[in-house]
Amino acid sequence: MANVAVCVLGSLGYDRAAQGAAGAGRALAESLGGELHVLVIGPAGDEAIAALATVADRVVIGSNEALRDYQPEQALQAAEQLHAAGGGDYVAVLLSNDTYSQEIAPRLAHRLGGSSMADAAAIRMDGDHLLAQRTAYGGKAISIYRLKKQPAVVWLRARGFEPAPEQASPGDVTTVDLALDPPRIRITGREVAAQEGVRLEDAQVIVSGGRGLGGPEPFQELKKLADAIGAEQGASRAACDAGWVPPNWQVGQTGKKVAPELYIAIAISGASQHLLGMGDSKVVAAINTDADAPIFKHCSFGIVEDYKQVVPLLTDKLQAMTG
Amino acid sequence: MKVLVCLKQILDPDVPARDFQIDSAAKAARRGGANLVTNIFCENAVETALQFREAAGGDVKITALCYGESSAEDCLRKAMAMTVDEACLVERDGNTNPDAEAVGRVLAAAIQRLEQDGGPFDAVLVGRESGDWGVGQTGGLLAEELGRPALGFVESLQPGNGSVTLRRQTDVGIEVAEAEPPFLVTITNNEDNVPRIPKTRDVMMSYRKPLQKLSLADLELDSEEIRTGSSIFEVDEIFIPADEVECELAEGDTLDERVDQLARRIHEVVASIG
Ligand SMILES: Cc1cc2nc3c(=O)[nH]c(=O)nc-3n(C[C@H](O)[C@H](O)[C@H](O)COP(=O)(O)OP(=O)(O)OC[C@H]3O[C@@H](n4cnc5c(N)ncnc54)[C@H](O)[C@@H]3O)c2cc1C
Repeated sequence: MANVAVCVLGSLGYDRAAQGAAGAGRALAESLGGELHVLVIGPAGDEAIAALATVADRVVIGSNEALRDYQPEQALQAAEQLHAAGGGDYVAVLLSNDTYSQEIAPRLAHRLGGSSMADAAAIRMDGDHLLAQRTAYGGKAISIYRLKKQPAVVWLRARGFEPAPEQASPGDVTTVDLALDPPRIRITGREVAAQEGVRLEDAQVIVSGGRGLGGPEPFQELKKLADAIGAEQGASRAACDAGWVPPNWQVGQTGKKVAPELYIAIAISGASQHLLGMGDSKVVAAINTDADAPIFKHCSFGIVEDYKQVVPLLTDKLQAMTG
Repeated sequence: MKVLVCLKQILDPDVPARDFQIDSAAKAARRGGANLVTNIFCENAVETALQFREAAGGDVKITALCYGESSAEDCLRKAMAMTVDEACLVERDGNTNPDAEAVGRVLAAAIQRLEQDGGPFDAVLVGRESGDWGVGQTGGLLAEELGRPALGFVESLQPGNGSVTLRRQTDVGIEVAEAEPPFLVTITNNEDNVPRIPKTRDVMMSYRKPLQKLSLADLELDSEEIRTGSSIFEVDEIFIPADEVECELAEGDTLDERVDQLARRIHEVVASIG
């Protein structure tokens, strides 16, 4: 059998990322002539399960009260047991790119005796090996890795994959009870950042600021611009490291991977590691004092000017236009 | 308490894109005139460990460990100049790019060797990923090799009562966790763990601190499999993407005209989204 499994966290539901992971899984399963199974770690809403059943040949839900609240050790143990419950002979186990999936992927691969890989933007089989395409050297290169052991446990740049198509008839849904050990690292508190509007990853328009802003206050100025055009706010690592904005605003290699219709980079130089996070934007605009800044090689239009001069005026004009 | 920090030496990730070249035979970046540096997240890990020691009132011994070429001694010296107590280098032949599994196995064997001699490490800190290949699998695989629980994307460790309090970043906010030693964390950057600049005096002192060298043979891992390090994955292909685009710069005699042009272009796109 040449089946493919997609492993999702029940608490995250069937969001755009899970849809993309399932889409990638279906395409891979088709290329192998096998089935697509979805392994669900912990309880998920009825709606999510129904949606998963429409795209998968089989859905296996791992049930245990402890899984209501994500704990890495227990989620990992659950994934391992679900893998066995689903059949245990998967060519690949695919995950999305939320923090939790990222952290359990390599450990799951190790427990299953497979290969692990991160942040794949494209996958395909070559004989018994899975080939995974991803960026390297902070976005300066593209590499294709050959994963030599099965299962290939890979977390994907999931939103970049087409959602899985609905099947003619829904897949089987089974629930298995899991036995879990108490965790030796226990998450005891969560401070979910106040999120106005949509997630950065799902935003249509983003206004990002960088080190050139010189401090936290100018981000208020950028907020006015963002509000005028219904945009979310992001930042470069330099701005996050300086403590001007929270870390989950960071766009780039080690921040959010965004793909809006419009990305406006203000006082951001365009280092490859930043470009890596926003390179899938449809249109990029830049405001920067330095005409030689690399960002100008990666944007459709821009202005070489001090942001202090541009932003208030631009905000006024856009407010007038959008009325 | 004892803390171990793993370090990786990499090609300077700040090399501008225009100077970046691929060696197609080696399937890796050409070194060119670039420096070798400590991976930034490993330096964030060193800084995090130092702050943990400070918060614990000093009674914490910090060891830095690297699997790398002999040039990686520089990274370990720098860590000791940042006031890490001691270091260990497991020497690797040049010219290889071992996969995360091989690196995990070597680091685990070295950690177990160091623990035989000096007692267990309560915490092992690893950078979340490297600035060169950035595969980010070493921490997780090392945790499994050691059979220890792990948490990713941690930004600080605080001493607690028999346990350690961890703060970590997730894609939706911050999580706080309690960890019973021994455990492993991967470290990410935040505003507080920006690596400190070593003081001149500490740089001098670093040459007097112990730097132990081990070979793969010392760890009974001197096999072709470990040296080539391609049992779970290898690079099949690498290339530089051609993705530069033509940028249209706002023109006009006055600032108002130029900003007006910019506003129109932005409005055009925003209006098309509907
Ligand atoms: C392993 C690794 C991972 C990384 N991950 C990320 C990541 O996820 N995201 C990320 O962003 N970076 C990341 N980086 C860092 C990255 O290499 C750059 O250092 C960072 O993106 C620079 O941020 P910046 O553009 O804001 O600052 P700078 O590069 O300092 O650029 C500031 C820009 O502001 C302009 N400017 C100054 N004053 C003004 C003004 N008054 N008006 C208009 N423009 C002005 C300047 O001309 C300059 O172009 C990573 C690096 C490494 C090594």
